[in-house]
This record gives sequence, structure tokens and C-alpha cells, in this order.
Amino acid sequence: MCGGMSMPETPQRELTFAEAVREALAEEMRRDPRVVILGEDVAEAGTPFKVLSGLVEEFGRARVIDTPISEAGFTGVAVGAAMTGMRPVADIMFGDFLTLTMDQIVNQAAKIHYMSGGKLKVPMVLRTTMGAARRSAAQHSQSLHVWLSHVPGLKVVLPSTPYDAKGLLKTAIRDDNPVVFIEDKMMFRMKGPVPSDDYTIPFGVADVKRVGTDVTIVATSSMVQTALGAARMLEDAGISAEVIDPRTISPLDRGTIIASVKKTSRAVVVDEGHLQYGVTAEIASMIADEAFYHLDAPVKRLGAMDVPVPFSPPLEDATVPTEEALVDVVRGLFKKT
Amino acid sequence: MTTETRADRTDEAIDAARGLEFYSQMVHIRAFEDVVNDLYKRAAMPGLAHLYSGQEAVAVGVCQALHRDDYITSTHRGHGHCLAKGADPKLMFAELLGKEIGYCGGRGGSMHIADQETGNLGANAIVGGSTGIATGAALSAKSLGNHRVAVCFFGEGALGQGLLYEVMNLAALWTLPVIYVCENNLYNEYTHFRETTAGEILARPAAFGIRAERVDGQDVRAVYAAASALVARAREGGGPAFLECDTYRYHGHHVGDIDRAYYRSKDEEHEWMTTRDPIGRFGEWLCEQGFAAPVTLDDIRSQAATAIEAAAQFALDAPYPVAGDVWRHVYA
Repeated sequence: MCGGMSMPETPQRELTFAEAVREALAEEMRRDPRVVILGEDVAEAGTPFKVLSGLVEEFGRARVIDTPISEAGFTGVAVGAAMTGMRPVADIMFGDFLTLTMDQIVNQAAKIHYMSGGKLKVPMVLRTTMGAARRSAAQHSQSLHVWLSHVPGLKVVLPSTPYDAKGLLKTAIRDDNPVVFIEDKMMFRMKGPVPSDDYTIPFGVADVKRVGTDVTIVATSSMVQTALGAARMLEDAGISAEVIDPRTISPLDRGTIIASVKKTSRAVVVDEGHLQYGVTAEIASMIADEAFYHLDAPVKRLGAMDVPVPFSPPLEDATVPTEEALVDVVRGLFKKT
Repeated sequence: MTTETRADRTDEAIDAARGLEFYSQMVHIRAFEDVVNDLYKRAAMPGLAHLYSGQEAVAVGVCQALHRDDYITSTHRGHGHCLAKGADPKLMFAELLGKEIGYCGGRGGSMHIADQETGNLGANAIVGGSTGIATGAALSAKSLGNHRVAVCFFGEGALGQGLLYEVMNLAALWTLPVIYVCENNLYNEYTHFRETTAGEILARPAAFGIRAERVDGQDVRAVYAAASALVARAREGGGPAFLECDTYRYHGHHVGDIDRAYYRSKDEEHEWMTTRDPIGRFGEWLCEQGFAAPVTLDDIRSQAATAIEAAAQFALDAPYPVAGDVWRHVYA
């Protein structure tokens, strides 16, 4: 399921998504002393998700830096440090707290290279989370990645497997631009093969997570697993689904998506952001624009319902796209053919 | 923690050559802004600019206390900071006019001039927006052990922004080499700061344990003395400081802010310009010390005016960027 990159031939070592993130950080911090981590409870606590456990023991408190609860402040400090020779990784515990950093990310980090005519660079990573279904209610459950994708100058990465998480995070840290790296909280314990060697995954290169012939499902982050589950159910119904994971939504690998849709003639886009004005709208519009004459059915979209994420479990579960919902949408594309 | 800078600290280390350099820099900034205002009035400059005239002693007094590779961050009213840190007026005018040869290739304009050659991390059009950047530069300096200091210029309007307090807290916790220079020119755009600022300004940094001082920002010797001491202290690991400089902007909030009687009087403006002008006062001191004759100062002003006009003409004659290059520099 981790196609696209060559894998080593030795027996596959498995790591959790969280371990893969930690390994990427540790390897980059060993490789480059300019890499530092800043954030709330990143040191001894290792974050509430324990993603960073053990890093402070190896790299010390000068490089794994606990901050006050000041998201705007330490993000701004990361911007300035990045401009002056460091390669900071700022840790925003919950993606909802991106709102607190918006001026530093949108008005400062994203624009400094451009506004300076290319003289200044902001090589920083903003790691944060997304995803509902943890019973955390409306201020700890949002998937706001599309906001950042709207801003030229930022790169936005949505890893969906442990393998991708390690390779993409290493690329993010080595990139000379501000990169927003967003991990779905529900995936931290997901296991998958991760090589122990040093590898990177280029941005703007989608991964075909499953090959199929009848319909293209473009899926991001945790929705990749939803799409793969739906694809297995569709297989039983005689529909062969191809699952494409863009891996980075800015830059977006348009070519791989369009080539797949031209092959299958049907497309569904699924992403955990809200449906209105979402990532799915952008990708669906691109497909309509570039593959219209190859389509046998309208392009369909699935996303989080356009409501604040509710607390009550049956309500929360109703807001997130499911395998069953995706299967229904895909089957609908075949009814009139 | 909170102290007033005493007048007797101000004469240190300013000899004749240094004094004339201070004077020349302030005069160049004033001449630069006069020409900017003229370009605006002639409709020769796109957009607006926020003039620094009247505040020259702050930029010069502080930047003279810095090394070339020390960092500054600047504001929308930033031309004086850029020039005092060593920027070339030709390339600044070119940037103000949106020309390709400008400091930022015309992508930034008046409010975004950056010049990494002189440690200028950029002006900023978000009030208080650069306070994080300056503090981050100080974190770099400490982490990399390069003994640099970062100066964060901001107006008293930025005292209303929360980011400033977040990063001052960080700077104090981490003993960072950063000086927060608050240029109090009395007006948050069109509103007197007393209407927007509760309590005492210096009590705010002092609450974080940050050394906080207040100085007459129209006295370049006083600014230089205070800044020199705070910069040396920061460079030696003494941690952050806050320097409030009492000053006054001679023009409106921006070049188009002509009718301003509703927020400040002509009498007030006249009083500041005639009794506290930083260039006039320092010129008198240079003559009193025997460091310069009045005619010498006349020559400096006249040469500065000529040089600045030539710089502006260079920029007026320079080509614009080509539209096809608009995509350049979005990503590094």
C-alpha cells in the first residue's frame, strides 16, 4: 500500500505512525544541528500524544524546547529563527490552535520570501494535527488544512501512512520554505512498514495507494484508509476503485489525478475538511476542468459535514465520511450507465 | 528594573567624527523622507508611505550601537531604520517605486524593505508583527553562539498587540539578546496613545523581569548611550531589554494624512519641531563642543539633499519588473 517509492528488500520493519514521525525528527536532528523543536509540552512530556517521547533525552532542552502556552509567540519565534540560520519545527498541539498562529504563518512566514524579492527564506515546519472522532468536541477536532492551502508561499503535507509520514517529514525539514505538516490524531497508533534507512518523499508527487479501473477515489490523510476500506467493499460489488493519495495538497500533483480519472472516467474526492469551499472542491473543479470529456458521471465530493464538530458520539460520528457513505456515493455513479 | 536614563550618561564616546556621522545619518533620513513626500505629492510613487521625519534620533542612536551583522526588525514607518542600519538610498527608492532593482525586486514596497546584507530582517505592515521575528533572531543568535543582538523596533501602537507580550515572556525566560525599542510618537495612527494604553508602559516589560528604560527620543546622544548599554548587556548574556523612546512624527500617519487637526494641533506640531528637533538640537551640541562649525553642518545638509535627490532620480529612471516574473520568489 506504500507504492510509488522503492522499498528495501529486507524484511519489513513495522512502526506506528507516531514512531515514524519521531524517527524522522530524530534522524534529522542528528543530521543537522540547526533543527530544533519548539512547542507546548514537547520535552519531557513528549506531547499529549507521546509522539516526541525520548527526543529531549537524546537532544537536550536546548533543542527540544518547551514553550509557554503561546502559539502565536513561539510560532513567530520559529519564523525569526528560521530566517536567521535555524531550521525550527514548531509543534501546534491541536490543529484548532492554528487560528492563534495565523498572522505569523499567513502574513509573515508565507510571504517573507516573496516580499523580500527572494532574499530571505523561512525554512520551518509547523507540525500539527487534524481529525475528529476522538470525542474532543468543536475546538479540538477540526481539520483546517484547506485554510493554509489557500495561501501561496506555504506547502501543506497530509501524510496517510507511517511510511509516508517519515519520508515526507524529512523532506519538510530539508525544504527551504514554510511547510505545514498535518497528522491525523486517529492515525498515531496505526502500524505500517517503515524502512530504518534515510529516505525522503518528494512533495507534489501523489501515491497510487490502490490500482483500479472503474473509478478514481482521491483521498487525503485518514480518508485514505476510509477509501481503501470502501474499495474493498466495492470490489465485492464488482467495482474496481483506484485510490490516489495526493500526500501534499500544496503543491498538488494534478497530473497523477487527471491521468487516473481519464483512465477510469469516474471520480470521487474525499477529505476530512468541511465540504464547503474545501480541498474536495478544488480537486473536483480541477478534474471537471481538465478531464471533463473523459467523465461518465459527475465528480462527487465527501467531506466533514458543515457543522461544528459535536461532542456527543452519535452526533460526532455522523459528521465524518465513512466507508459505507463512500461506497454509496461510488455506487451512485454507476446507476445510470 | 525600571529606570530613567540620566542625562549625564549621554556624552560617552561621541567624538567629532562620530558626531558628524550621527548628524549626517539623521540629515540623510530627513532628506530621504522629504523626497518621498514630494514623490507622493507629484503622484510619482505608487501607494502610500509612512514618514519617519522627526524620529531620526531613535533609529540612528540605536543602530549606531549595533554591529553590521546584528539584526533589526522594522515597521511600516521603517525608512529611517533601514537607512540607519546601512541601506543604500538608491535601492530603497527603487523599492518604493516598485522597480526591479529595488531591495525586494519591487515585490515589497515601502512597508516591506528587507536587506539581509545589513541584518535588516524587514519592515512589517502588521503592527507588532515583527516582534516574534526579532525574538526568533535572538534565539538563533543564542543557539548558534554568534554573539549577535536583535533589535525590534515598534511604535507605541504595538503595545496593544498580544504577540508582544507572548514573545517578551519567552525572551525573558530564555535570556535572549533582544532589545524591544518602543518608539512612542504619541499617536496610534489617529488616536492619542493615552486613549489606548492603560497603566504605565514600562511596567509592562518590567512585569516580565525585563530591564526597562525610558529615554528622550529626540536626543540622539541619550538614545545612543541607553542603547549602547543595553546592547552590550544583551551581547554579554544579560538578556532582553525594553527601551521606550519619546518621540514625535512630523507628518501624518501616512503621506496622505494631511488634515489632522481633529487628533492633534498645529501648535503641538510646531512645538515639537521647533524646540525638540533631533537634528537641530544635535547640531547645536556639535557646535558647542567645537566638533563642527555651522557652515559645516550646512554643507552636510546640502550634500545630503543632493545625494538623496540623485538616488531618487536613479530609481525613477530604473525599469519596472516584467509582469511575467510575478511568479518568481513565491517559493524558495
